[in-house]
Amino acid sequence: MTALIYVVISASALVFVVATAVRAVGYARAPLHLRWELYPVPHEAPDRAAHGGSYFETLDWWTHPTHFNVVGELKAMLAEMLFLKALREFNVRLWRRSFPFHFGLYLLFGTVVLVLGAAVTTLVAPAVLAGSFGATLDVLTRVIGGAGLALTIAGALGLLHRRLTDEDLRPYTTAGDLFNLAAFIGALGVLAVGLLLRPADAPGVHAVAVGLLRWDTSVQVPGVLAAGLALAALLLAYIPFTHMSHFVGKYFTYHAVRWDDAINTRGGAMERRLAEYLAYRPTWSAPHVRADGVRTWADVATTNPTEGAKR
Amino acid sequence: MTDKPKPRLADMSRRDGRPLIHIENDDLMPLPAPLNDPARERPWTPLSPQAVERYECALDDTCAVSVPKPATRAEEDALVGKFLAGLEKLFTRENNWTFLQPLVLSMEHCAKCQTCAEACHVFEASGRNELYRPTYRSEIVRRLYFKYVKHGGLLSAWQHGDVKVNWPLVARLIELSYRCNICRRCAQTCPIGVDNGLIAHELRKLFSQEMGIAAKELHETGSMLQLKVGSSTGMSAEVVKDNIQFIDEETSERTGVKVETPWDVEGADVLLIHNAGEILAWPENPGAFALVLTAAGISWTLSSELAGYDSINYGLWYDDVQLARVAVKHAEAAKKLKVKKIVLGECGHAHKALSVIADRVLTGDLNIPRESSLTLLRDIVMNGHLKLDPSRNDFPVTLHDPCNLVRLMGVVEPQREVVRAICPKFREMEPHGVDNYCCGGGSGFAIMSGHNFPDWRFHVSGRKKLQQILGAFADCLDPSIPKYLCAPCSNCKGQFRDMLAYYDLWEQNRILYGGLVELIVNAMTDVTPGFIEWEWH
Repeated sequence: MTALIYVVISASALVFVVATAVRAVGYARAPLHLRWELYPVPHEAPDRAAHGGSYFETLDWWTHPTHFNVVGELKAMLAEMLFLKALREFNVRLWRRSFPFHFGLYLLFGTVVLVLGAAVTTLVAPAVLAGSFGATLDVLTRVIGGAGLALTIAGALGLLHRRLTDEDLRPYTTAGDLFNLAAFIGALGVLAVGLLLRPADAPGVHAVAVGLLRWDTSVQVPGVLAAGLALAALLLAYIPFTHMSHFVGKYFTYHAVRWDDAINTRGGAMERRLAEYLAYRPTWSAPHVRADGVRTWADVATTNPTEGAKR
Repeated sequence: MTDKPKPRLADMSRRDGRPLIHIENDDLMPLPAPLNDPARERPWTPLSPQAVERYECALDDTCAVSVPKPATRAEEDALVGKFLAGLEKLFTRENNWTFLQPLVLSMEHCAKCQTCAEACHVFEASGRNELYRPTYRSEIVRRLYFKYVKHGGLLSAWQHGDVKVNWPLVARLIELSYRCNICRRCAQTCPIGVDNGLIAHELRKLFSQEMGIAAKELHETGSMLQLKVGSSTGMSAEVVKDNIQFIDEETSERTGVKVETPWDVEGADVLLIHNAGEILAWPENPGAFALVLTAAGISWTLSSELAGYDSINYGLWYDDVQLARVAVKHAEAAKKLKVKKIVLGECGHAHKALSVIADRVLTGDLNIPRESSLTLLRDIVMNGHLKLDPSRNDFPVTLHDPCNLVRLMGVVEPQREVVRAICPKFREMEPHGVDNYCCGGGSGFAIMSGHNFPDWRFHVSGRKKLQQILGAFADCLDPSIPKYLCAPCSNCKGQFRDMLAYYDLWEQNRILYGGLVELIVNAMTDVTPGFIEWEWH
């Protein structure tokens, strides 16, 4: 039983990491697209970013050094990642449900880091956790983990309620969408119950983490807690295969699309990439395109489909 | 507002040939005074029986693309097959490297939170009609993507939703791709960065590049005509030169300042490219440019090369291949003249197409710097190159932000600095800047006038902007006060010309529209007063 839990947790974590990485690499390896940015772009010079301006506001902009405002971009990123700024600004009703859900997940992620850190410390330097530091860490883990579970479950319940009752959302809600939210409520709910019902002398999350690292199958995990851990792990493995992996997509939609104002300069690295794409052979069928699978994008783009006609 | 059943996603496949919705004026978002008077609201012209019989008009009350109805089921099946082939191509790097990454991201990460809907002027103005919800169109495409591109089975249908593909769905999707202004205000508000405007754009592209289907005004009499004769207006270089000569004479006479537009000056600093529509519809705009650039001592020229005298690039809205071809023509004209930079006249989509989108099309010696005329005009005005008297512009002025220039390119302040400096009664619309609303003519609508489409763009797509304009002038609607709606974009001006006339806002309330450079000339102390003629045009 314990071995099975270890296998589920380990395999799920591995699936999550690999599937997430595969998705991210897939997006990253897509060709550089034509520019499609949206202003404001936060890495613009601060005086321009404030009103959403771009370097096009500067006379002879190509004679000035480009400005990349790292601080501005970081501020925008953090506000978006931590507090879902756009949702709060444009859809505050949903934000009231979505923010606790997402912030709860961040807390749970932090809890996993703390638990794993404590488990590794237990194995390599147990003395570190023997004193007040260990006790403080334990309390901190319980508080963050508890808050994370509560916020995530409450947020998921709120989101599910809205999906089921809001007539604007209902037509676009699939069975999969409902399942996803129910899965969070179910898995984390069982985990929460398992933690609450766990006898004081029974192994807890810390013991399971240590046992997992040692592959100690003698650890007797209480049944409900074991089920909660397994369900949470399976949920983790499921996420990258759904649109809930938007934490990956969002990086690209912001950095590679909305904020991508990188300039193509003569003889630069971008021009070399573009040269590769211009050698692609499109197969679009409309007659005016004049693509036949042999002619390249460069050929097609320099073809006048009206040629032969009198000017 | 009448209580009507909402169209469901599955209705797109309905074979009954009936429109999915019908809108009455009572359904629409209310307008402020003076258009809160039902007597000032206009009835819609119904589609003619001939149009309904001949074309695929089963989406709503109008018809933008005029796709002929297939004669047989076999023809329908062939078209559906082409559509699905095009859909696959849309997701291959060889065919769509240009937008593959943003498109895939928008397919795979929508949380269906509907935040985008609250930002969409078409959805809001229609009285929140479900058909115009940004995600209605996108959700159909998304389901097609997972079913036919990712080849998802039952599990995928359970997760992403299912869709039934047949010719009625494809035909309605063609029309629906032309019910979005591609202003991308929705994308700006999406917490995840999903872009419904891009999805509409890519749909149009699929229809054009694979099926040869596009709005006639954009393709046949748009980019194809431009590549054939040099301009979508149909003007050859010789005709344009004649017209510009006439404009020079007219401007000289009106202003008392000799104006002579230079042509094909090799080595000039600036190649100015106007939207050629200005030359025909608003000749005072190229006239004003000629006067200002000359007075400011700028070394500039126009080009008589093919497409070198017309900055329009309608490919931006429906076809990457056509976009690239026209952009290359513009760059070749500049290269031939060995100019230092291309300056784009007051045309938003031309700015976006050549400055931003084509930046990754123009390589090597075609990569010639492109600049906004608004930036150049700001420099001329703010650095004292002209003698200006703001009291000559002592009338209420508001500023429209063309989406392509502002939200999509970041040219926000130059035009504001100018109007603040020379228009003492300037007032902003709300919201403005990068949060602006589209004029309702964006993505080609302003030049699309088939069937009763103008009724749709005045009642629905332009309605939010109309509300903003009336709001900006709420304190001075009295017809004794002339008011100026400054729109530094030909496409937007086309929409305003038609929409203000449709609602009689010039005759009844004296709201005039025009460009930015005209305000500058109107304030120049060296010219005869009254460059802006308070006449409808």
